[in-house]
Amino acid sequence: MESRRNVELSLLLLALILSVGAYVIVGLAADNEVPSGSAGYGATLAGLFLGAHMVLRWKAPQADPILLPGAALLNGLGLVMVRRLDYAEAAKDNYRPEAPAQALWTVLGVAVFVAVILVVRDHRLLDRYRYSWLLLGVVLLMLPVLPVLGREINGARLWVRIGPFSGQPAEAAKIALVVFLAAYLAERKELLATATYRAGPFLLPEIKYFMPLLLAWAASLFVLFFEKDLGSSLLFFGVFVILVYVATGRFSYVATGLALFVSGAVIAYNLFGHVQVRVATWLDVWKYYNDRGFQLAQGLFALATGGILGQGWNQGRPDFIPFASTDFIFAAFGEELGLLGVTAMLLVYLLMVFRGLRIALAAPDDFGKLLAVGLVTSFALQVFVIVGGVTRLIPLTGITLPFVSFGGSSLLANYALIALLCRISDEGTPAPAGRPAAPADTGEVTVVR
Amino acid sequence: MNRQIRRVAVVVLVGFMALLAAPLYWQVLAAPRLANDSRNTRVLIKEYSIERGPIVLADKFEVATSVRSKQRGDPLEFVRRYPQGPRYGMVTGFYSLVFGRTLAEQEFNSFLLGRAPEQFGQNVTDLLTARETPGGTLVLTLDRATQEAAEAALGARKGAVVALDPKTGAVLAMTTFPRYDPNQLSGHNPEQIRRNWERLINDKNGPLLNRAAGALYPPGSTFKVVTAAAALENGVSMSDELPSPDVFDVPQTSADIRNFGGSSCGGGTLTLTEALEISCNTTFAGLGVKLGSEKLAAEAEKFGFNQPSPYQLPAATSSIPEKQDVPATAQSAIGQRDVRASPLQMATVAATIANGGRRMGPFVARQVVSDKGSVVKRFEGEDFGQVIPEQVAGDLRDMMLQVVENGTGVNAQIPDLEVAGKTGTAQHARGRPPHAWFIGFTGSGDRQIAVAVIVEEGGNAGSEATGGRTAAPIARQVMQAYMGGG
Repeated sequence: MESRRNVELSLLLLALILSVGAYVIVGLAADNEVPSGSAGYGATLAGLFLGAHMVLRWKAPQADPILLPGAALLNGLGLVMVRRLDYAEAAKDNYRPEAPAQALWTVLGVAVFVAVILVVRDHRLLDRYRYSWLLLGVVLLMLPVLPVLGREINGARLWVRIGPFSGQPAEAAKIALVVFLAAYLAERKELLATATYRAGPFLLPEIKYFMPLLLAWAASLFVLFFEKDLGSSLLFFGVFVILVYVATGRFSYVATGLALFVSGAVIAYNLFGHVQVRVATWLDVWKYYNDRGFQLAQGLFALATGGILGQGWNQGRPDFIPFASTDFIFAAFGEELGLLGVTAMLLVYLLMVFRGLRIALAAPDDFGKLLAVGLVTSFALQVFVIVGGVTRLIPLTGITLPFVSFGGSSLLANYALIALLCRISDEGTPAPAGRPAAPADTGEVTVVR
Repeated sequence: MNRQIRRVAVVVLVGFMALLAAPLYWQVLAAPRLANDSRNTRVLIKEYSIERGPIVLADKFEVATSVRSKQRGDPLEFVRRYPQGPRYGMVTGFYSLVFGRTLAEQEFNSFLLGRAPEQFGQNVTDLLTARETPGGTLVLTLDRATQEAAEAALGARKGAVVALDPKTGAVLAMTTFPRYDPNQLSGHNPEQIRRNWERLINDKNGPLLNRAAGALYPPGSTFKVVTAAAALENGVSMSDELPSPDVFDVPQTSADIRNFGGSSCGGGTLTLTEALEISCNTTFAGLGVKLGSEKLAAEAEKFGFNQPSPYQLPAATSSIPEKQDVPATAQSAIGQRDVRASPLQMATVAATIANGGRRMGPFVARQVVSDKGSVVKRFEGEDFGQVIPEQVAGDLRDMMLQVVENGTGVNAQIPDLEVAGKTGTAQHARGRPPHAWFIGFTGSGDRQIAVAVIVEEGGNAGSEATGGRTAAPIARQVMQAYMGGG
C-alpha cells in the first residue's frame, strides 16, 4: 500500500519540522541567534529518518505508518531537550555535554531499526531460536551483577562497562525475553489454558502450569535484589503476567500474578531499605524535601512553574532537577512546554501503543500477536512507570522515558522494538489486490510457514 | 486471543487517563500553591535573572540600577543598586529579596521587569521564544539640583520637603529626614537584610517613613490660606475690615483663641490681607465660625482634602471633618484641632493657587522607556480643573506675596523674584515645641515651583514667626535651586 508510506512520509516531515523548529528556538532563546548547527541537525535527522522510511518502502511496504514518525518526533524533541540542558549545565565544572553522545546514539538507533527491518525479514524467523533468546535475555540481565564488568551507579547495579562503552543490558534483555515468552506461550497456550481444577466457582489450570509464573516472579525479585532495579523488575513481571493472560484468557493467572506482585512488594518493602525510602518519599515528598525527596519535589515545582502553556524553550530552570536529562526529562518538558506540551507527548505515546495493539490484533499468527502485545506493553509500562513516578502517581522508580531520555541502551532497544512491530504489521496487513504480499526474494519465509 | 488484546487495550487506556490527569493536577490545580512555595526558588530566580530596568531622572541620571552579582555561585544573577544611597529612597522604595518591594519599585514593577502589556511583543524573537522583554527604564520627574538642595536645606532636622511644578503637578523634589538607604535591603544576603530591617523598623525616628507623602500633621497657619479662599469665595474681599481682637471669645466654650504667645494683632480690625500677612489667629478663627464648618471643609476638599491622594505612589489622605461644632470650627480655621495634612497636600494647595486655581494631581513617574529608547508609556498628573475661581486664586497670590514681602515669610525672599508664601507654626502636643511650616511658590510661565516644608518640632511656642524662621529659609533654598538652575 503506497498510501501508508505516503502517510508516514508526511508525518515524518511534520516531526522533522517540529524538532528542527524546537532546536532553532532553543538557540534563539539562549544566544539570540539561529544556532549554527541547525542545518546540520536538520539534515542529519532528515537523512536518518527519510533513509529509514525508504528502507520501509523497499522491505516492509505494508508496515504501520505511525510508529516511525512517532519515534522520530519523540527522539527529535528529546535531543533538543538534552541539548538545552547542556546549555544550562555548561557553566558547571567538569561538565560533559550529553547532546553529542545522544546524537550519536540516535544515529546508531536508526541503524538498529534499519538492521532489524533488513535482517528479520519475517518475524517468524525469531521463533526458531527461542531458547537462545531466553539464554541471551538471562545472561544480559545478569551481566551487571558480575564483578569487574558490572557497575553500580546511583544505587542501582544495572550498568555494564566494557572499555569505553557502558550500557544497561536490561534494555536489550527486555526484548530478548519478550521474544522468548511469545514463542513459548504461543506453543503452550492451550496447555496452560486447560482448566482442570475447580476451586469454588473457579476453574483452575493444574498447579504445575503456574510454575512459569513463579519462575518469572523469582527472576523479577532477583533483579530487584541484586541490581536494586525496581523499574525493570516491575516491567518484567508486568509484561509476563499480561502475556500469560493474553495467551490463555484465564483471569486466574492475572489474579495469581497480582497476588505474587503484592507479596513480592511486601517482601521487597521489608527487605530493602531503598524500597522503603521510595514509598515514604512518595507518600510525603515535602517531609523529605531536603534529602531524598528533593528530586521529586523539584520535578513537581518544575511542572507547577510550567503551568498550562509552559515557560517556553530555554526559559525555565529544569537544570534544578537532579537527573533532568534521564529520569526526570518529563518534568523538564512540563516546565518548558507546559501541560499542553506533555499532554501532546503522552498522546503520541498512547497513539503508538494503540497502533502496537492494533498490530497485535491484525497479526496473522499467535506468535506474532503475543510478540506484538509483549513489546507494546513493555513500552507502555515503561512510560507509565516513569511518568507516573515523576508525577507522584506511583512511587518513583528510575527508568528512561522511551525515545526521549538521554541514554544509548534505551534508545537502541526501543528502535529495535518498533522495528519488530513494523515488521509484524507488514506481515499482518493484506497486500492490495494485484500486488504480491512480499517481494519474491523472501522465499525463505514460505519455508517457515 | 483478540478478545484479551482488546481488554489489554482498555487497561492501557485507563492507565494513560491516569497519566494525563497527573500533570493536569500539578500544572493547573496545584500550580498556584507550588509556585508560591518558599522552597520553589524558580520564580525568584527568574525575576532576578531579568536585568530590571533602571530608575532615572530626566537627565538619565541613575537613581536605581541593576548590576550583575559579583558573589561567586550566587544563583540570583542581578542585584539592585541605588547609586545615590538614601537620597531617592522615598521615591524609588526598595527591592528586597526578603521584604518584597515598595513605592516606585512596587507600583511600576511590571514595567521595570518588562512584563507590562504595553511592552509585550517589542520584537519578534521574543514573541517566538516566549523570552522575556528586557526591563523598561522608569523616568522620574525629580529635578536633580532641586532634590539635592532640598536635602541640604533640610539638613539633619526631622521633617520633609516637597516641591511641585504647579502647571503639571510634576514632583520636582521630595525629601524626608531621617532617611534610609535602600541598598541595605536590596542585597542577596538574607541575614544581612533581616538585620538591617530590624534596625530600621525599631528606630524610633522612623527612617522608613516618607514624611513628605505618608505622614499627616496639623497644618497650622498654612491652612489659613484655605480659610481665606473660603472667605473670598463667600463674599469677603481682600480689603474688608475684619474683627481681629487680641482674644477671640469662642462661642459655646470657655477655651478662647489667642495669638501666639498672647501677642496682639494690633487691636480692632484688620483687612484680610493684613490678617494673613501677620497670621492673626483671631481674625481667621472668626472667619471660620462665620463661614461654618461645612463651607470650610468644602473649600479644603477643592484642594484635595478628604480624598485619596492622586499621587502615583502610596500617600496619606489629608482630612478635615465635614461637620464640627463652633469651637472646633474656630480651631480648624487656623489649621488646628482635627485638620490633618501631608506636606504633599500643602504643596498642592500652594501649587493650585500658583496655577490660577487649576489643580493638578502630583505625579513623580513621567514615562517608561524601552531598552531600545522608545517611550512605552507616558504618565501625567490628574487634571482636576478650575477648582477655585481664577479671581480668588489671584487674590490669594497677592496676599501671599505680601506675606513674604513684609509679613511672617520675609525669610523666603529671593532677590529679583516674586515669592508668595505662608508660614505656619502648628501645635501638636501639650508641652512640645510646635511644627514649623512654610508653603509657597515662585516663578512664571514654564518655570514655576511650589513648595511645602515642615520641620517637626522646629518652632518655638512663643512666636508665630518661627515657621518663618525655620521653614521659610529651607523653601527659599529649594526655590532658588530650581529657578537659578533654569
